[in-house]
Amino acid sequence: MASDAPDAPGDGATRLVLFLCLSLVVLTIAVAAATAIGDYNIAPRTVVLSVTNELGLTGADIAPIEQSVVWNLRLSRALVAALAGAGLAICGAILQALLRNALAEPFVLGVSAGASTGAVCVIVLGIGAGSLSLSLGAFAGAFAAFALVALLSNGATSGPNHTILAGVAASQLFNALTSYIVTTSGNAQQARDVMFWLLGSFGGVRWPDFQLLLAVVIGGLGVCIWMARSLDAFTFGDEDAAALGVPVARIRLVLFGVTALLTATIVSMVGAIGFVGLVVPHAARYVVGPLHLRLLPACAVVGAVFMVVADIAARVIATQQTVPIGVVTALVGVPFFAIILYRARPQA
Amino acid sequence: MSVVARNLTWGVPRKTIVSDVSLTAAPGETLGLIGPNGSGKSSLLRLLAGLKTPASGRVEINGQDIARVSRKALSRQVAFVQQNAATDTNVTVRDVVRLGRTPHRSALAGWSETDETAVAHALARVDMTSRRAQPWQTLSGGERQRVHIARALAQTPQVMFLDEPTNHLDIHHQIEILRMVRDLDLTSVIALHDLNLAAMFCDRIVVLESGTVRATGTPAAVLTRAILRDVFRVDAQVSGTPDAGRPHIRFSPE
Repeated sequence: MASDAPDAPGDGATRLVLFLCLSLVVLTIAVAAATAIGDYNIAPRTVVLSVTNELGLTGADIAPIEQSVVWNLRLSRALVAALAGAGLAICGAILQALLRNALAEPFVLGVSAGASTGAVCVIVLGIGAGSLSLSLGAFAGAFAAFALVALLSNGATSGPNHTILAGVAASQLFNALTSYIVTTSGNAQQARDVMFWLLGSFGGVRWPDFQLLLAVVIGGLGVCIWMARSLDAFTFGDEDAAALGVPVARIRLVLFGVTALLTATIVSMVGAIGFVGLVVPHAARYVVGPLHLRLLPACAVVGAVFMVVADIAARVIATQQTVPIGVVTALVGVPFFAIILYRARPQA
Repeated sequence: MSVVARNLTWGVPRKTIVSDVSLTAAPGETLGLIGPNGSGKSSLLRLLAGLKTPASGRVEINGQDIARVSRKALSRQVAFVQQNAATDTNVTVRDVVRLGRTPHRSALAGWSETDETAVAHALARVDMTSRRAQPWQTLSGGERQRVHIARALAQTPQVMFLDEPTNHLDIHHQIEILRMVRDLDLTSVIALHDLNLAAMFCDRIVVLESGTVRATGTPAAVLTRAILRDVFRVDAQVSGTPDAGRPHIRFSPE
């Protein structure tokens, strides 16, 4: 995929703006669709009027139950899905750049394994005696895992491979802890609950979740965009970045911290949804090129659209059943990714 | 700009790699660093470029202690070309050279006329202007090295450090790269393996042995039979070439 290397740097920017505008339109349509589609479908007109009613723009006569379903259940859910997709895609792009590894994804630093341990501590062991929510336990576990990785890799200042190995070690440890707790507790239903939660679900998210996630994703994206130029400098490795004037240790630590915070927040809210963080950055790179000032916003919108669509699919595939969202992201994503891989194969 | 190292010492736990090294590169000079494997060439080069922090001693670039200069400010004056830089990312030649403007740009600044001119000049200097849209992955080893020198030039440095820039290149490209570096209007310090190339292209040479400076001087002064025997452990004939008085080394097979 030879980028067309515009001579006037404006060309790429125009293309990016067009792409972002188009994606935002698609995202709006996807969110509207996610709000309309469900166990029982709501007419698009009702969806729009419910939202404008809630925003105080209209006073249309809508059945209260429909308006409540649209606003309180489905819209918040769709927007959380969009934010989660955006956040995971950004984290994937950052980690792929910092670790210089095409296989890097948000959970490479052991965050999801830590979250699962935290979750089973709360659900199975009953730590906190009911005062701790599953989300809080998962968040604490996720950060414990990240702290261990940071410790093992000297505050993430060792080389990329060292950091990846530290992540693998932490994942193994926390997964083992989770399995140990689940198997020794002997409660099959609890084990199933944890398993299910880990594969991801947007059921049960409400507006407060949205507000929290919005703050974290906007803040995280802001920091990452601020450091986008420095990320580009990592193209030829840490030492090369240093030679280009980038404070390597500081950038690594800040960006690892931001990705850990984003991932931990998302995982503790909706579970460890795989695939999005790995694949969306590759897809976005294919469209807007490898420079991060363009790549990160593109990842955010593509990730958001992808996750909303996956959530719709999760509800449509099996009615009356809830298919874990992580299963759908892979089922929907792999064929799409296969096309990109095929088209981007090296022309030897 | 001059580069002065004063009593540099650096090492890893339980092993000193650079020991009490002092040297000077005069403005505009091409200074060669030679020495056998493990003599500390690469480490010394990184200390000089500010990529490693010495345990003791200091480096002054144009009279200023580089430890007191920020990483970013230093990168506007000093460029570093590593050997065999590689990436899996799909970048074009132009993208790579543009990276050289990193220390000159703030986080969200646009692409300025100055940036564009610096990149255009750098590409022209290494004769890669017509290849600027080509993917970096499709370049040959010599072309990649030229692009990396262009990237260093886009930093508009006054000093350039090169770590074995001719590694893995054929003889034509080795000479081409070194000729280009020598003719640049800046101070350069080059770590080199090939002694004859060092003799051909360096104004002065520093010979390192086990992390210390064994000899410093013009190629004719340091590339003597005695040093080749003691430091490099080879038996060789050294003859002066008639043109510029540069020594030529002929190694004995036995």
